[in-house]
Amino acid sequence: MSKELLTVENLKTYFFTASGVSKAVDGVSFTLEKGQTMGIVGESGSGKSVSASSIIRLLPKIGKIVDGKIEFEGKDILKLGKKELLNFRGKDIAVIFQDPMTSLDPVFKIGNQMVEMICAHQDISKKEARAIAVEALKKVGIPQPEKRMDSYPYELSGGMCQRVIIAMAVCCKPKMIIADEPTTALDVTVQAQVLELLQELQKEMNTSILLITHNLGVVWKMCDTVMVMYAGKTVEYAAAETLYRNPMHPYTWGLLDSMPKLSDKVKEELKTIPGTPPDLRLTGTGCNFCNRCPYAEEKCRAEVPPLVEIEKGHFIACHRQNKTEKLARGEGKKNG
Amino acid sequence: MLKTILKRILQSIPTLFIVITITFVLTRMIPGNPALTMLGPQAPKESVEQLEQELGLDKSKGEQYIMYLKQILSGDFGRSYSYNQSVVELIMERVPNTLVITLTSLFIALILGMIVGIVSAVRQYSILDYIFMVLALIGVSMPIFWMGLMLVLLFSVNLGWLPAMGMGDPANGMWDVLSHMILPCFCLATIPMATFARITRSSMLEVVNSDSVKALRARGLKEGVVIWKHALKNALPPIVTVLGLQLATAFTGAILTESIFSWPGMGTMIVSAIDNRDYALIQGVVLFTAIVFVAINLIVDVVYTIINPKVNYESGNGGR
Repeated sequence: MSKELLTVENLKTYFFTASGVSKAVDGVSFTLEKGQTMGIVGESGSGKSVSASSIIRLLPKIGKIVDGKIEFEGKDILKLGKKELLNFRGKDIAVIFQDPMTSLDPVFKIGNQMVEMICAHQDISKKEARAIAVEALKKVGIPQPEKRMDSYPYELSGGMCQRVIIAMAVCCKPKMIIADEPTTALDVTVQAQVLELLQELQKEMNTSILLITHNLGVVWKMCDTVMVMYAGKTVEYAAAETLYRNPMHPYTWGLLDSMPKLSDKVKEELKTIPGTPPDLRLTGTGCNFCNRCPYAEEKCRAEVPPLVEIEKGHFIACHRQNKTEKLARGEGKKNG
Repeated sequence: MLKTILKRILQSIPTLFIVITITFVLTRMIPGNPALTMLGPQAPKESVEQLEQELGLDKSKGEQYIMYLKQILSGDFGRSYSYNQSVVELIMERVPNTLVITLTSLFIALILGMIVGIVSAVRQYSILDYIFMVLALIGVSMPIFWMGLMLVLLFSVNLGWLPAMGMGDPANGMWDVLSHMILPCFCLATIPMATFARITRSSMLEVVNSDSVKALRARGLKEGVVIWKHALKNALPPIVTVLGLQLATAFTGAILTESIFSWPGMGTMIVSAIDNRDYALIQGVVLFTAIVFVAINLIVDVVYTIINPKVNYESGNGGR
C-alpha cells in the first residue's frame, strides 16, 4: 500500500466573476502522506482556502475546478458522484474552519448536531451515536460532556466551540483533517491548547492534517512539509525542516522577516512586504511576485517561473534561484 | 418567561387606552348624526331628539367619553344601535365567518410562499427564480379590489364555474361551502403569498451563503437536510414576524374582499357600522382589533425564543 493519502496535481480553480476570470488557484500540486501534517502558508487571498475547498469540492457557485487531478487513496475526487461525495465529506475528510462560532449551527443543540453528523456517516442508532459523541467530547477535554450535549453553541466560549468542532470531526474517524486557520479566531493561550489537541488526536488515529495558516510559528510546531503559496501559485514547497533551515524564495524571506521576534527592539516598526498582491484576474504572464520582489529582473516580468526541484525535496519557483545562480538573502534590500 | 409575559401585558394597557381615545375622537369627527341616519331624513325633529337622548348623544363629548371609559372598564363593549345587538355578540358571530377565509388563505399563502421563496433562494438567478420573483412582484402590486372583480368577471360571469357572492350553506353539501370560498381565498392569499415568497427568499439567501451552511455541507450532510432543516430554521425569524402581522389582520377581516364577495364577516360589518354611524360597534371592533394585535405580537415574541434560543428577553439583551 502506498504511503500517499492525498495527491493534488496541477489543480486550477478559477472564479468566473462578472468582471473576468480570477485565477484563485493556478496550477498547484502537492502530496500528503498518511499520518503527516502539511502546512499551506501565504497571505490572505493567496489561494490557501480555495485549495482546501477544492479538495472537498465545496466551492461557491462562481468557482470551478477547470483543470487538474485530486486523488484520495487512489479515488479520483473530481469524478465522485453526489452520493459518494457526501460520504467523502465528513467521513474521509473532516474540515475545521476558522471561526468556530459560525461553523456550528446556532439554532440546534450541540448534541443534536453531533448525532446528526454521526448518523449521516455510520449505520447506527441515535443512542449509540450519542454515546460516541459524549466520548468524543470527553476526549477533546470538554468538562461535563453529558451536560454540554444539551447546550447551544452560543453558550460556549470560542475555544470550547472549536473543541466541539474537533470532537465532531474525529467522531467519524476521518483519514484526513483540513484545518483552515483553526486558531485565528481564538485567544493566544487557547490557540496552543487547540493545536496540541490536534496533534494528540493525530498521533492516536494516524490522521493526516492539512493545516492552512499564515502563522509560520504554527508551521514549525506542527508540520512535516510546507507549501508557500502566493497569488494562486506555489512559490516554495519543502520539508518544514528544510524550509526553516534554508528558505530560498524571496517571498518566503519576506514572510519570515515580517514575523515579530522577541529579540526585536521595543518600538521598532514591524517589517512588512511592501506593495499589495496582484489582481488575480491579471496574473499568469510573469512571476506573480515580481512587482513586490526586490530581486526582480526583466525575465521575472516576462516569463512564468516553473517550479523546479533545487535540492532533494525542495521545490521553488523563482528565476533568480536555480542551480547555477543563487541569491543571497538580504542582497537586494538596497534596491528594494 | 412568565414574568416577561406579565410585564408585556401590563405594558399594553397604555396602548389600548390610546386606541380607545383615538377611535372615540375619530368616530365623533365623522360627519352625520346616528339618530338621523337610523330614523331617515324625513323623521320628525322630536323623534330624533328623543332617540339622541336614549343613546346618550345629547350629552357633551366629554361626558360621553367618560361614560364610554367606565363602560369599557366594567367589561361592557356597548350595544350596536344599527343591529340592536350587543357588540361582543356581534363580533363573536362574525369572527368565525371571517376566520374561515382569512386563515385558509393565510395557510395556503404561507406554505406556497415559503416553498417558492426557498426554491428561489437555492436557485438564485435561475430562470425559475426570475419567474417566481416577477410573479411575486405582480402579486404584491395588484390592487385587491381590481383582482377580485376580475376573478368574478372571469369565473362567475363568463365561465359560470363559481358563485360570485355569499357564504354557502353546509346543508347543501361540502361543495357549496368550498365553491363559495375559492374566489375570496384566492383573492386574499395573493398579497401575503407574494410577501412570504419575497421575505423567505431574502432571509434564506442570507443563510444559504453563510459560513455556517458551508460548514454543514462540509460535514457531509445531505443537501435536503442542510436546506430544509438547518437553513430554514435559521431563516425563520423574519417569516414569523410577517406571519404574526398577517395573523392579526386575519381576525379583523378583509374589508375589500368581503365587500366584493358579500361575505358576512368582520369586514362587511365594519363597513355597515361606519355607514350607519354606529359608534359603539365601530369602537368595539377597533378595540377588539387592537387587543388581537397586542396578543399576537406577544405570541410572536414567545415563538422567537423557541426558534432562536439566543433571543432572550428576560436578560434584556435580545436580538441576534
